[in-house]
Amino acid sequence: MVSMSIVTVQLGQCGNQIGFEVFNTLLNDSHSPQGLCCKRENELYQVSCKERFFSEEENGVPIARAVLVDMEPKVINQTLSKAAQSGRWKYGQHSYFCQKQGSGNNWAYGYSVHGPKHEESVMNLVQKEVEKCDSLSGFFIIMSMAGGTGSGLGAFVTQSLQDQYSNSLRMNQIIWPYGTGEVIVQNYNSILTLSHLYRSSDALLVHENDAAHKICAKLMNIKQISFSDINQVLAHQLGSVFQPTYSTEGSFHYRRNPLGDLMESLVPHPEFKMLGVRNIPQMSESSLAYSTFTWTGLLKHLRQMLISNAKMEEGIDWQVQPHFSGHPTLGKMSLNKELHFNTSIANLVILRGKDVHSADLGGFKDPALYTSWLDPVNAFSVWKTQRAFCKYEKSAALVSNSQFLVKPLDMIVGKAWSMFASKAYIHQYTKFGVEEEDFLDSFTLLEQVIASYCNL
Amino acid sequence: MEEGVVNEILQGPLRDVFDSKQLITDISGSGNNWAVGHKVFGSRYQEQIVEKLRKAAEHCDCLQCFFIIHSMGGGTGSGLGTFLLKVLEDEFPEVYRFVTSIYPSSEDDVITSPYNIILAMKELSEHADCVLPIDNQSLFDIISKINLMVNSGKLGSVVKPNSLVTSSAGALKKRQEKPFDAMNNIVANLLLNLTSSARFEGSLNMDLNEISMNLVPFPQLHYLVSSLTPLYTLADVHIPPRRLDQMFSDAFSKDHQLIRADPKHSLYLACALMVRGNVQLSDLRRNIERLKPSLQFVSWNQEGWKTSLCAVPPVGHSHSLLALANNTCVKPTFIELRERFMRLYKKKAHLHHYLRVEGMEESCFTQALSSLSTLIEEYDQLDATKSMPMPDVPRLSIAV
Repeated sequence: MVSMSIVTVQLGQCGNQIGFEVFNTLLNDSHSPQGLCCKRENELYQVSCKERFFSEEENGVPIARAVLVDMEPKVINQTLSKAAQSGRWKYGQHSYFCQKQGSGNNWAYGYSVHGPKHEESVMNLVQKEVEKCDSLSGFFIIMSMAGGTGSGLGAFVTQSLQDQYSNSLRMNQIIWPYGTGEVIVQNYNSILTLSHLYRSSDALLVHENDAAHKICAKLMNIKQISFSDINQVLAHQLGSVFQPTYSTEGSFHYRRNPLGDLMESLVPHPEFKMLGVRNIPQMSESSLAYSTFTWTGLLKHLRQMLISNAKMEEGIDWQVQPHFSGHPTLGKMSLNKELHFNTSIANLVILRGKDVHSADLGGFKDPALYTSWLDPVNAFSVWKTQRAFCKYEKSAALVSNSQFLVKPLDMIVGKAWSMFASKAYIHQYTKFGVEEEDFLDSFTLLEQVIASYCNL
Repeated sequence: MEEGVVNEILQGPLRDVFDSKQLITDISGSGNNWAVGHKVFGSRYQEQIVEKLRKAAEHCDCLQCFFIIHSMGGGTGSGLGTFLLKVLEDEFPEVYRFVTSIYPSSEDDVITSPYNIILAMKELSEHADCVLPIDNQSLFDIISKINLMVNSGKLGSVVKPNSLVTSSAGALKKRQEKPFDAMNNIVANLLLNLTSSARFEGSLNMDLNEISMNLVPFPQLHYLVSSLTPLYTLADVHIPPRRLDQMFSDAFSKDHQLIRADPKHSLYLACALMVRGNVQLSDLRRNIERLKPSLQFVSWNQEGWKTSLCAVPPVGHSHSLLALANNTCVKPTFIELRERFMRLYKKKAHLHHYLRVEGMEESCFTQALSSLSTLIEEYDQLDATKSMPMPDVPRLSIAV
């Protein structure tokens, strides 16, 4: 057996729409004729990817290792049929659970009403998927924070997974909503989600809508951006991390348990589990053929994206520099400071494509990038494969446990707090058993997380 | 509570759509008297109503919402309608109650309409989840404007014939157009757009329960001002961005609101934009950014936008927008209604018609008046925050 498996639970409209794009990206990449490596290598890559994310049917069509959950039927129906229409993969015929009335963007309804009511049905479906795995590494839970199902039911399901599969890892793929204009109560839903997940999830891999939107506009040159475009960028992010990579430096065997390895490298302490992803390069497929890059150039940009907290490779602030190594930053991080240097706890860089072994990663090993409690040798990891990802001749991904998300988190907590102070919308939550006390607990936990990250 | 209208429906082109066993009629009508509708017919028909409701509910796998459609000025819609609201709350407490209420224009011929309206409003404030007030005057003005534009040839040959949002181009059979038909058609389109995301697929769905969740920050403040754009279709299929943007701008202009109100110059508590058709996420976001600076949102909800994208446009159009606003611009309407009520009540005019109905007392009037005054005061308090600077709410401080 080449790879341990990951079972994905897709929740709500966002979770299901993105889940589809993720499996689609993974499979299309694994079948890509432009792997830029030898045939045998390509085959190993495919087998590893397949084993991790798909199970096999008699007629050979791969079936996604996924459970689809939504409280209204339209999105699931669409998702199932889009997958089937691709002809290349599909979802399990019975791998979904659906209701009719939705969650009304109400976290309390998703968590307190749907959660207990449907726990058994959902967990039965999960069990069926788990049984198909020779060896289970853990779970992806794909969910948005802004709505009612992904957020509330997602939080509940994560807890159930913790109870029932305590030996398996849980990584939540969290979709961070746009700053404005999706759901009015999104900040409430977000803080309730984050505080609950902090207790039941092993790591929160955050994907931001605003960042993906800018990437679509500035790098991919898409004129009229749709959610489908956004979701493809997010799927690319996830694929760039979890597609197969070699297990050790110089080896040609693929890593068996990336999820476990990632946790080990990036989450040394349970107080710090918020992870961000950055990719380089990113462009529309039509531009790919005309672009070549060097590892030096790519890594230089990626490193600067890390330390200046840039969301993409355009508009990077080159002024931000680390202090001289050896000393921790003198002042504590101030959220108002303009030129802020992004301190990391741990980083993981993933390189895919031509000449990966020649890439020089010295810049990422600089102790000045990291907080002092981990030995710099342990704070940085790199995964590689010669096999190209999504037709990029060379591509790099960075998964970072750093101060990346402090500002967005602080903004959400601030807005939620201001709304909470006026008591607006609270009756919608208390109606379903989430009391002011629960809100206060959530605020307290998240202020703690913000403070901890600020003090790195 | 009289037979004429219902009979007409049963003989009209939609007769097969309605189940004749699910109809309740009486003969004499309510005499434009809320008390008769609410107390007399309410108690007389309560059992029948409950029975027929249960029957309809049984056919549903999952009942989410009731729509109550009525006028405020008369006796049946207003009185029996609000009685029904209480019945629904008791019998189906978990099902949402959405009320579309038609308020009469100021020149309406029912003298006692102010009484009927105020008495009904107390019920709406207490027992409805969401109310969409609609003003006959506004509907009339919109129709006049459309007719003017079409007839004056201002849009030239660019307007598609029979493309008015009010046209019955999709109807089964053309019949004699009555005076209120065009106006009612607008309200019908409002309800269609409201439910479009629940009926059709889209990249960002919005169910009816989400409307209540996002637009009602406090239980009693659930009056939503609606606007529908565009009101006519242009023949140009490739809508240039400027035209699309115009649709968004129009949604906030006071001429497109379905009640006489100016949301742009009042305070927003929350706003929902429900887009249908060929409009992308980036168009929606661009327009919100563009319009935001000219709108005032309450301090604790500066980004109070709820959006939805439904892929299927209305018949005959390539796209449409329904905007629902929880905005203090309803206050002037309520204040005017209170004044009209007081003018009658001070002199006790026509009061005896109501008091002679069993169960009616003067306290019903004073309570209804007090309920409305409380509502107006809540809007007043919110308006007062408009000119104040953003309050600085200190965050929780954590010992590290």
